[in-house]
Amino acid sequence: MHIVVCIKQVPDSAQIRVHPVTNTIMRQGVPAIVNPYDLFALEEALKLKDKYGGRVTVLTMGPPMAEAALRKAISYGADDAVLVTDRAFAGSDTLATSCALASAITQIHKDMPVDLVFTGKQTIDGDTAQVGPGIAKRLNMQLLTYVSKVRSVDLENHEITVERRSEGGVQLLKTRTPSLITVLEGTNEMRFATMTNMFRASRYQIKIWNREQAGIEDVTSVGLKGSPTVVSKVFAPTPRAVKAEIIQCEGEDPKELSVTLLAKVFAKYPKLEKEIAKRAV
Amino acid sequence: MSEAPEVKKPMGKKRIELDDRLKAYKGVWVFVEHERGKIHPVSLELLGEGRKLADSLGVELAGVVMGEPGEVTRSFCQEAFTHGADLCYLMEDALMADYRNEPFTKGLTDLVNKYQPEILLLGATTLGRDLAGSVATTLKTGLTADCTELNVDLEARSLLATRPTFGGSLLCTIQTLNYRPQMATVRPRVMPMPEADTTRTGQIIEDTLGMFEKDIITKVLEFIPDAMQDKPQLPFADIIIAGGRGMKKPENFKLIWDLAAVLGAEVGGTRPVVQAGWLDLERQVGQSGKTVRPKLYIAAGISGAIQHRVGMDASDVIIAINSDPNAPIFDFAHYGIVGNAMTILPQLTEAFRAHLATARKAG
Amino acid sequence: MAEKFDVIVVGAGPSGNAAALRLAEAGLSVLQIERGESPGSKNVQGAILYSDALEKLIPDFRDDAPLERHVIEQRMWVLDDDSFVGSHYRSDSFNKEPYNRYTMIRAQFDKWFSERVQKAGALLICETTVSHLLLDGQRVIGVMTDRQGGEIYADAVILADGVNSLLAKKAGFHPEIKPKNVALAVKEIHFMPQELIEQRFGVKGDEGVVIEMVGKITKGMMGTGFLYTNRESITIGVGCMLSDFKNQKITPYELLEQMKAHPSIQPMLEGGEMKEYTAHLIPEGGFNAIPNLYGDGWMIVGDAGMFVNAVHREGSNLAMTTGMHAADTLIELKNEGEDFSAANLKRYKARLDESYVMKDLKKYKNMPDVFHTNPQFFNDYPDLISQAARTMLTVDGVDKKTKEKEIRKSFRQRRSLFGLMGDAFKLWRAFE
Repeated sequence: MHIVVCIKQVPDSAQIRVHPVTNTIMRQGVPAIVNPYDLFALEEALKLKDKYGGRVTVLTMGPPMAEAALRKAISYGADDAVLVTDRAFAGSDTLATSCALASAITQIHKDMPVDLVFTGKQTIDGDTAQVGPGIAKRLNMQLLTYVSKVRSVDLENHEITVERRSEGGVQLLKTRTPSLITVLEGTNEMRFATMTNMFRASRYQIKIWNREQAGIEDVTSVGLKGSPTVVSKVFAPTPRAVKAEIIQCEGEDPKELSVTLLAKVFAKYPKLEKEIAKRAV
Repeated sequence: MSEAPEVKKPMGKKRIELDDRLKAYKGVWVFVEHERGKIHPVSLELLGEGRKLADSLGVELAGVVMGEPGEVTRSFCQEAFTHGADLCYLMEDALMADYRNEPFTKGLTDLVNKYQPEILLLGATTLGRDLAGSVATTLKTGLTADCTELNVDLEARSLLATRPTFGGSLLCTIQTLNYRPQMATVRPRVMPMPEADTTRTGQIIEDTLGMFEKDIITKVLEFIPDAMQDKPQLPFADIIIAGGRGMKKPENFKLIWDLAAVLGAEVGGTRPVVQAGWLDLERQVGQSGKTVRPKLYIAAGISGAIQHRVGMDASDVIIAINSDPNAPIFDFAHYGIVGNAMTILPQLTEAFRAHLATARKAG
Repeated sequence: MAEKFDVIVVGAGPSGNAAALRLAEAGLSVLQIERGESPGSKNVQGAILYSDALEKLIPDFRDDAPLERHVIEQRMWVLDDDSFVGSHYRSDSFNKEPYNRYTMIRAQFDKWFSERVQKAGALLICETTVSHLLLDGQRVIGVMTDRQGGEIYADAVILADGVNSLLAKKAGFHPEIKPKNVALAVKEIHFMPQELIEQRFGVKGDEGVVIEMVGKITKGMMGTGFLYTNRESITIGVGCMLSDFKNQKITPYELLEQMKAHPSIQPMLEGGEMKEYTAHLIPEGGFNAIPNLYGDGWMIVGDAGMFVNAVHREGSNLAMTTGMHAADTLIELKNEGEDFSAANLKRYKARLDESYVMKDLKKYKNMPDVFHTNPQFFNDYPDLISQAARTMLTVDGVDKKTKEKEIRKSFRQRRSLFGLMGDAFKLWRAFE
């Protein structure tokens, strides 16, 4: 069994701050991490490998420093890693990205047939959840999103059964491989890397492919040219005109403050008062 | 510690010259999502928004309903009309009783190719995201996800989709250039629910899916519904009490639950608190959690970082309790108390309890 | 199959990097194990880089090392509650290349240093903690990490794991750190536009200023404050003996807040925005607190060996120098075909004794005790000095001779004649 896991290196958005003076994003010093959602996909793939044997290849499209993310994946137990990097990819939106990744997967498939492609649900820097579905479409694979559990894989008959989270419940779906699965967060917990894999990750020679090696012939299908969407403006959210009215009182007694707060709020919002009174238990 | 990948530089308002072929694309469509006999509210919110866009552009608003044949499915068309649609494209087929990516993608792309809308909106739900990504890739068009605002540039007849970026620290406006339809998904509760006008009606245009079950590879073996009682319904709660890292310890959340109990409110929290396991994922409010629009939102020990803010700043009344007078939450809350949430919350609970008691007595 | 290396270096801070670099360059197989996410993630420093130590390791470091500003002016402030008496030293010779001291930001510096180490051929593994040393009798033969299959063997292990070296403690190489031998320091980095820094501190381009502060800001505790100018930010911090913090019941953070509010310091921070807050322990015990530094198959370098010259605020250079000497010792022994027994590793200590490291530490070995048992240096003297300055500098019609008499009287009243003489004697002895 051969599973390709698509991952992305992203800035740790929890630590991103806006520069107080220039109002731009402060990217310096923000650590780059593996998109946390992708780790669930990777762990799921590794679990399948534990169960059924086979290989896991991690794939990413990004700048040279994205190598670190691939090494991390190797340290968890992935067998191979491919970095697809090229200036031509600059400015890619999700459509262009899925084109590049689909092409790379096709190349990987030539060396060793791919049974499944796993991706995370979405990225923390893009949040679109579009690349997975995009890759599936281009590779003509069945798409299974929000998968919370892989029930079984039958490689001989090319079948896979999964649980998929939908509104109000869980669908039990069965489909043919090769298929693409986006894994729901929280489905598993990433294993603690073994020392052997840490060493392996440190020494591993990552395959680095440029556009041509990734099989992309039409340069207009990737990068800025291959992106239907463009960012026309980036701006800070407009601050609300009026800041909060800070409740204050002599001695800052919590009881006093609470009573004063309620009085003010209900005076200004009588409807709210009625709403709350309705709920009186 | 490395620098983040290069961000696309904004291009400014470009003069987008649309191909003649694409100029023929007219109309605003909203995919009407439904499940177990009920329309998902986000579709109605999108119809409200779609109505505004259609009016600006001077075109018609259409709903797209796909499902199994029957009265229930048809009734969704009627609901679409009462919420602002002029037309409704209806595709009925037994194959679409349950959602599956293949038939729905084919159905929707066939409709788009045939009737050529310029804008297609979907709710950013599990179904919506599954479907939108596939449809956009099939149509090779642009898709902007999780938009917080939709406007039109009338000059270019272009959709201006605004969404958070960089983890929510900033906003960006995205346009789809020389491609149609312009697709966008919007999360539930981001747009206001429009008023229903039961006098409204519209035209139903029917079409067929044209697929056979044997051709569809994915099969639905079973549907296991969630136990309804247990699930928190934050997006539709009228009062929410939320806690952040400033609550210091998971044990302190008892104070939040106490206040919520008195007010019949739902309990929510920020991402760090959910990630730490103090609250269920369903209770996460913010950019990567739920968007809420309650009448009252009380935020305790929450700094008000943008990632959380975008999930709740449409609340009618926001009260913030934080020990840091410079916390960003005081920039957009309506009322604030600077103090220790652990001492304030119990007093607030008492104050509400006392107030409700007198209100009850007053009858 | 467990891995084996010539040397394992535990820690990827300045001392570990110095050792690993030297060893790798000499062709030995080196594994460096760092418990943080990346080199530098667990390290905190003011920070000042002293070129001399680094030059001996990487002569061309100025080409691409991430350096903030080169220091052209040193200010020494003695503060009382609302004023300070200061002396400044600024020299054009400090402005001539090659520069002697730089301010730096450790996160970036450590990353750069580590890249050099890896390029030289050392293998680096992060996010891995060495839980204990592997022993064969008394001889160290490797390390055990917290990961499955975590045994790794080596002919020598260099402990470069910092001020709170649990490894050395566990192995019994040195006792539990005593609160009186470490200081707890806290610092903040404040964003500040370049032009503002240049204006406020009278510098241009890459020039920088260092302010060392002592006095009432440490509320009678033994400690010092500092302010460094970086390219687009300033670093402000304070550190006091851990034992003093324990007795005083003021938290380091509160101390820093009060210091920042000092009327002479607060204006320096105007226009800045707090970006980062960190805290760390700093070895302060000096010469008398240095543990055993070597044994069969092991050596200690850097903060783990308490190699900090508190008087001159030098630590990172001692770290690099000790790391270098440890490596050179092993290289020398390997070339001679000798093993890494304690008898042979004695050469490491000998090298240190010959170098400024031990010489300086020995010179100041009584300092910690002197200051610790004489709080008047942090309370009375700053008051007296400030008062004296105020008296002399206030033009109020009183003649200068009377003023001087007043000042002498205030000193004698506060400290008594015996006290004054005793203080002078103690200081002299401490510095001797």
